Amino acid sequence: MNQAARRTALYDEHVKIGARMVEFGGFEMPVQYTSVLKEHDAVRHRAGLFDLSHMGQFRLSGEQVASWTDTLTINAVASMKPMQARYNIFCNERGGTHDDTIFYRLADDRWLLVVNASNASKMWELLSNRPSGVRMENRHGEDALIAIQGSASVAMLQPHVDGDLASMRYYFCVETEVEGIPVVIARTGYTGEDGFEIFVDGAYASNIWNALLRAHARDGLEPCGLGARDVLRLEAGMPLYGHELTEEITPVQGGQAWALKLAKPAFTGREALAQQLERDDYARIAGLAMAGRAPAREGYPVYVGDRRVGEVRSGSFAPSVGGGTNVATALLERDAATVGTAVAVEIRGTRHDARVVATPFYKRSR
Amino acid sequence: MAQPEQLLYSKEHEWVRIEGDSAVIGITDYAQNSLGDIVYVELPKSGKQVEQFANIGVVESVKAVSDLFTPISGEIVEVNSVLERDPAAVNRDPYGEGWFLRLKLKDAGEAEKLLSLRDYEKLIAE
Repeated sequence: MNQAARRTALYDEHVKIGARMVEFGGFEMPVQYTSVLKEHDAVRHRAGLFDLSHMGQFRLSGEQVASWTDTLTINAVASMKPMQARYNIFCNERGGTHDDTIFYRLADDRWLLVVNASNASKMWELLSNRPSGVRMENRHGEDALIAIQGSASVAMLQPHVDGDLASMRYYFCVETEVEGIPVVIARTGYTGEDGFEIFVDGAYASNIWNALLRAHARDGLEPCGLGARDVLRLEAGMPLYGHELTEEITPVQGGQAWALKLAKPAFTGREALAQQLERDDYARIAGLAMAGRAPAREGYPVYVGDRRVGEVRSGSFAPSVGGGTNVATALLERDAATVGTAVAVEIRGTRHDARVVATPFYKRSR
Repeated sequence: MAQPEQLLYSKEHEWVRIEGDSAVIGITDYAQNSLGDIVYVELPKSGKQVEQFANIGVVESVKAVSDLFTPISGEIVEVNSVLERDPAAVNRDPYGEGWFLRLKLKDAGEAEKLLSLRDYEKLIAE
């Protein structure tokens, strides 16, 4: 374990219940508590509890936050209503991805910006050159983030919260209290299930974590690690920075063009992204379903016939896809990325049949 | 199911049960627990000759790919076909239903290079 790795406010709680810890994004994080598949199953059928305090939380305020960040991002910021959350992406001049993030508009002039752990320093640096009217506080590692995800989330979280959670809309947030502790609750997540993310001062994080586990473990609430989270997000077709989006892979290539608002005023990367969309000749992220039991893993080459057409970017056994299928994302040449294309993934020197399929691999029934 | 006391062990966390001129091999409980949920096991085919401590396949959990080494030399005479459709048998029962291969021994003397249960337990306690 890297000496420099930081600990989240919930570190002691994880160790106490026997979590296996790994370094991720500069923090010692639980990768699993009991079993990745058991934790995955809890989220798909009941609910799971996640410590995501490694994510970077920046608090922004001032009249100019929206107009300024609109010049740095591909999705619209100024049009967000108070208490709304919105996925957004910061790009470089070439259209490549600095980070994919979520903006939470807490009030007219107050915002929470959540960035990926691995990009937090880079993003803080990028945002340091801000207009004088914008104030920004880096709460990375200070504020905790606890997510409860799964169909039982409303029922399990409601008794601990003021205000009605069931009527809260997807991608909205509210400033409220959990167990009497001031928090921001958002109906957002990274699992493909209903659920909430709770942003709280790290000093109080263990109160909330333990209250939820104590009250609902018997109903099947499981603490879940980053291992289960990665399988859940892959099944749900959500990109992971460093895999489906990188400084080289643009949001257009990564399948996030739905978030690209070319009609808004000039922003970094706009010209490159507009040209890429127009030419439509780019390599793009596609979903693969493997025919056999061998998992496709990051970096494995993908072929159509004898021609190499790309490589796997993420891959896993996916319990929620077709009763258990190995799925993957791959960055593929345009013509190979059409749904239905028969491809082969090279695994340890042997070609394994796969097919390009539509994503998301998994969609919950609503 | 084999009793762990009757087995020999490699430093790479495989076990061997010697039965006359053949041997059954698998991975230890410690190994399956470290790997986590096993979703794929890739083994050589019957008839293949393998040398002691050579890499002969892989074991994959949800998160990672790990190499598999044979603790002893010989000709593979049987592969556990259960693992093709139910690799999780290795997690449930690593010394029984989750066995990997049966080998026809080449040199029973190689057993001297393996660890007793007591020595293996010392190794994993380190």
